[in-house]
Amino acid sequence: MKITLNNREEHFDVDAMSVSDLIIEKNFTFKLLVTKINDKLVKKEERDKTMIKDGDKVTVLHMVSGG
Amino acid sequence: MNLNEIIRRLSGKMAGIAGCGGLGSNCAMALARCGIGKIIIADFDTIDHSNLNRQYFFLDQLGKKKVLALEENIKKVVPSCVVEPHDIKLEPVDVLRLFGNCDVIIEAFDSSSEKAMIIETVLAEYPDIPIISGLGLAGYGNTNDISVEKHGNLYICGDRRSEVDEDNPPLAPRVNIVANMQANVAIDLLLKME
Repeated sequence: MKITLNNREEHFDVDAMSVSDLIIEKNFTFKLLVTKINDKLVKKEERDKTMIKDGDKVTVLHMVSGG
Repeated sequence: MNLNEIIRRLSGKMAGIAGCGGLGSNCAMALARCGIGKIIIADFDTIDHSNLNRQYFFLDQLGKKKVLALEENIKKVVPSCVVEPHDIKLEPVDVLRLFGNCDVIIEAFDSSSEKAMIIETVLAEYPDIPIISGLGLAGYGNTNDISVEKHGNLYICGDRRSEVDEDNPPLAPRVNIVANMQANVAIDLLLKME
């Protein structure tokens, strides 16, 4: 499937994957992340069961400290 | 758009700023100087000497509540700007109560958990209000790594990876760049609104 991840096109050899799978696959290492699919928030506790499909627009953001 | 028109249009706008440290204090001053009508600011902290390397406060304000000192400083430059200070550690319920009517929300926290809290709260409860976050500003140099990324109504200003730690402290230049970038995104959005 083809998705847009953080405004960039990405290809995967599967038809669907959970948000948690994507986080592992793409090595998002920070403890704190904010995730969205098609501009809708996916809460941390929903990442295991929320599936990403072909054509989805996905955002995964590291919460980087400092301000 | 000429300056008078910019000031006229911004005078009817309201921004909420969560956190009054390096990002919040500098962003608030920039918005006030541009002519924004009202700023709601929230922070629970007091001013420490270590804050003065990057935050818009002065030596004679040490020990004061940040929200009150920031209100004072904004008023010294732009007396017409309405400032609503809230001396509070923001929880999700406060975010909704205080910022629900804002035209734009600025995430200006220090800690990553608070950043996640306000971004998730606003995305879930007020998806139509733009939220502008500062992520990745520690250290010095690498100016060209700092940029704005748009993710729907969420705007990320920063390099998205430089975390503050012992060897990577927050310093005035990069913190100010990101704070003013947040203000610049806000002004752009506000001037495009009705």
